[in-house]
Amino acid sequence: MVSDTRSDPALRCGAAVPARAGAGLKADHVADILETGADIGFFEVHAENYMGAGGPPHRQLQAVRERYPLSLHGVGLSIGGEQPLDKDHLKRLSDLNRRYEPGLFSEHLAWSSHDTTYFNDLLPVPYDEATLNRVCDHIDEVQETVGRRMLLENPSTYVAFAQSTMSELDFLGEIVRRTGCGLLLDINNVHVSCTNHERSASDYLAAFPMAAVGEIHLGGHAPDRDDAGRPLLIDAHDREVDQAVWQLFEDVIGANGPLPTLIEWDNNVPAWPVLLAEAQAADRILAQTAGARRKQAV
Amino acid sequence: MRSSLSHPQVDAASFGRALLDPQSATPDGLTGPDGQTAPKRFNVYRNNVIVSLSEALGETFPGVKTLLGEDYFKALARAFVTAHPPLSPVLIWYGAEFADFLDAFPPLQAYPYLGDVARLEWAWLQAYHAADAAPLDPARLGEVSPQQLGDVCFTPHPAAHMVTSRWPVWAIARANRFEPDEAGAIDLAEPQSVLITRPDMDVNVFLLRAGGAALTMDLLQGQTLADAAGRAQEEDGSFSLSDCLSDCLAAGAFSGLLLND
Repeated sequence: MVSDTRSDPALRCGAAVPARAGAGLKADHVADILETGADIGFFEVHAENYMGAGGPPHRQLQAVRERYPLSLHGVGLSIGGEQPLDKDHLKRLSDLNRRYEPGLFSEHLAWSSHDTTYFNDLLPVPYDEATLNRVCDHIDEVQETVGRRMLLENPSTYVAFAQSTMSELDFLGEIVRRTGCGLLLDINNVHVSCTNHERSASDYLAAFPMAAVGEIHLGGHAPDRDDAGRPLLIDAHDREVDQAVWQLFEDVIGANGPLPTLIEWDNNVPAWPVLLAEAQAADRILAQTAGARRKQAV
Repeated sequence: MRSSLSHPQVDAASFGRALLDPQSATPDGLTGPDGQTAPKRFNVYRNNVIVSLSEALGETFPGVKTLLGEDYFKALARAFVTAHPPLSPVLIWYGAEFADFLDAFPPLQAYPYLGDVARLEWAWLQAYHAADAAPLDPARLGEVSPQQLGDVCFTPHPAAHMVTSRWPVWAIARANRFEPDEAGAIDLAEPQSVLITRPDMDVNVFLLRAGGAALTMDLLQGQTLADAAGRAQEEDGSFSLSDCLSDCLAAGAFSGLLLND
């Protein structure tokens, strides 16, 4: 199947992901997507779901890849971890990049493995010098091994580290400066983290290093309360994008122009038309901005 | 910003230990916006770990989950996840020890077949994700001279797996996962063995008779046709080599054929 991809020149160069809306690919949706020839900018997959040797997952992804640009999103590399990167896992990521030649490739500012245990969650890192050095070394290693620029996603966090010595923005900005990686701006994560840490999401976004952003994520979150009764938002990806997040998205796109934008819906996954409608809502905002910018230029 | 020296340092080891031990205190140095330790905030991570891994386990073992019921499975999964957290970020490989865990879990001793149902579901998942390969064309066997037939060995297809059980493992798995509407009465005294294959994209499960199970098992392990047929004959007096072999070939159990000189 790999040879099919390589023989098609349009796919060989890794079709670029357009500045349109895309959706996370779910196995249950594939038949619908292929039958209806859904009009959508791209699909994104979690790399770890395609690390088996063969079978239906690869067959489906191949079929989708032949028709749509692809974004490959790792969720388990533990770039923020204290120990060296898992070489076997990095090789699997690298192999998937070669096999599917995605237009975008991203991972998280988080850790998920320690010692021999994989925790399957995006755990927070302290924003201090030692962590910064380690994260930058890991990103250098990823970019060298995979042979391409990666995007690093800003996290949703629920706790802060008393030992942190810099802000998340300074931390991210320094990573970009040192490694040359790009950023994946998850606007739902910004809203979640800023609410949880009582900061202004607008201020955070106004100071975000937008020149490095190669993709945007939008997703749903679940509201809760913390120990003191303060709002605590949980990055659940289990529902529609919140109105506040849509507003922040409009502001970001209005100020910076359109970017590839993914709707993430990983739990309580709805029927395909519902997810497609969310992507279309994002597409309308992206198109409006593109139109307004063209008018300005005239 | 702030001096780091005066603040408690939280490393991954202490964070990780606290994640898997709900009785332990929230590590000092993880705070809410007021700078105070925030157990409920830390519990979001604890909950994410246990719930997401329990769900992954439920997706791999839906038959065991149906047998035990949603609530019991949830509690059991929590015990398993805590005792056997994953070693790899590739969760399609998570749960290899679940069958043995079920066998050894004291409260479930009255349901001794659960472990084998889990083994069948695990084998099904391995077949689903196995490398793609064309099954052996049965005509290839016809090209072998009759004198050499007994020396033939087969290359197992990457998706081929067998589960042999003292219990009616297929009848139970069928009723609770694969064909719940088709399932008939289950005779707990009936041992069953199954062959699982994926010649193309669909995983298939075949119930084997005693002789067929012995033959298939030996052939998958690389024994010659003559040796495997001999043992199958001992297991099952009514064993028919031609029937069982053509079933195996039709199921896609093999990907190649070797002739030892």
